[in-house]
Amino acid sequence: MTAMLSLRNVWVEYGDKIVLERVDLDIAERSFVSIVGPSGAGKSTLLRLLLGQEAPTRGHILLDGKALKPECGPDRGVVFQRYSVFPHLDARHNVLFGLECARAPLTGRLFGGARRAGLAEADAMLAAVGLADSRHVYPAQMSGGMQQRLAIAQALVKRPRILLLDEPFGALDPGIRSDMHMLITRLWREHALTIAMVTHDIGEAFALATRVLTLDKRRHDPHAPHRYGATAVYDLTLDRRVAAESATASSITIDEIDNN
Amino acid sequence: MRLVNIRPNRRTAVLLGAAPLLLLVLTYLIASASRHAFNPADKILPTPGAMIAAMRLLVLVPDPMTGERLFWSDTFASLGRLGLGLAISTVSALLVGLVLGLVPAVRATFGPTVTTIAVIPPIALLPILFIAFGLGEAAKVALIVIGILPLMIRDIAAHVEALPAEQLIKAQTLGASTWQLALRVALPQAMPRLIQAVRLSLGPAWVFLISAEAIASDVGLGYRIFLVRRYLSMEIILPYVAWIALLAIAMDAALRFISRRGFAWAHVSR
Repeated sequence: MTAMLSLRNVWVEYGDKIVLERVDLDIAERSFVSIVGPSGAGKSTLLRLLLGQEAPTRGHILLDGKALKPECGPDRGVVFQRYSVFPHLDARHNVLFGLECARAPLTGRLFGGARRAGLAEADAMLAAVGLADSRHVYPAQMSGGMQQRLAIAQALVKRPRILLLDEPFGALDPGIRSDMHMLITRLWREHALTIAMVTHDIGEAFALATRVLTLDKRRHDPHAPHRYGATAVYDLTLDRRVAAESATASSITIDEIDNN
Repeated sequence: MRLVNIRPNRRTAVLLGAAPLLLLVLTYLIASASRHAFNPADKILPTPGAMIAAMRLLVLVPDPMTGERLFWSDTFASLGRLGLGLAISTVSALLVGLVLGLVPAVRATFGPTVTTIAVIPPIALLPILFIAFGLGEAAKVALIVIGILPLMIRDIAAHVEALPAEQLIKAQTLGASTWQLALRVALPQAMPRLIQAVRLSLGPAWVFLISAEAIASDVGLGYRIFLVRRYLSMEIILPYVAWIALLAIAMDAALRFISRRGFAWAHVSR
């Protein structure tokens, strides 16, 4: 497997506070990377870097060998813990939104046949995340789990190069959470996704991922704790899961041509 | 049962709500009757009969000078000014508030200006408006706009600015440009808030309208009230005030209806 996303000697500093230091990472295509670590170890900062929400202070981030623009774009999908769906649109139009942005730059809306085609795509995506019956429901009327399903559908309809999950299941009940684990695993296989997930839940990290990264500070100065940043202190490839995946991957057809 | 747990049903709520108003009317009638029993020529608390007689002249009989039914020409003149002022304010507040709230560079440039204008008491600007626009309609409409627009802009801008960052990031990962963010994410979510802002601005808008009409006008509800004050004509002032209250309530109810109809998503709760 080749590296799709690479971080080379990446540092993030806010003033004299160093959050991340010397992060060197290669994320392979179709891997599922969990990022764990104590609070304040820069997990979310790392995700924001991958998302392009902020730029590294030093170092380079490369996506497919090209420098990543420090701005969010449609090649990277994201699901946050909360607030990642639009409250003023029902489920179907939440999913349609991404298609409308690409296909109707001026009006932001599709009409006629293009709209029907878009809605069909949106409905198919909603069915894939198990929201087929909730097409006309507004987010405010949905449970937390349904909202996260919707947020995933919204991101996947754009067929992102990499899907970033920021504690996506942190606010859900344990039962719902295991349903969501099954859903994300299935989608990851069926859509040939590359996923980076930040989580607090070590069990979740190991259950889902093919690779677990632990961020923490290598050194600690008790008089100036902010002067040392975190980096990847453990990087475990879960060979068992990788092997299991490649066994299933050869037995199913994967639609990877459509991914952008 | 504790008092805080007693929830009146719809019918009881209507009855309860009407009771103090009826009590107010009843108190007035008793006070008016007792004053008239003492002095039949009393002008301070006119009887309903006197009010009806006075209003009949204004509502039904054309004025010999102008040939118009004064009550209606007053009403239309005032509503015209108010409507124009509100319309200009609403449209500008939406456009400016949206851009200020969404684009940090614009907020940094024009935010302080809007804040500065907002703290100037509008009535203090009235002489400037009269000098600049003359004593005609433009000055009165301008007073309403200057009076309510800055606060509306700040309200909309603050609301748009308070949209969760996650939502805007998400929209960008879905490919939205700045224009699409404004059009599809910020604008629809600002609309219910805009209607709310108009509802809250109705009160001040009426204040500025009546002030402008009291100072320089020849027609309008505020003008009439201040004109007949010279003759102590409470039998005209009181019905006019009641009419203004009624108009204000109707506008508020209409705006609430529009918000519930047009933006149902903003009114649903889980």
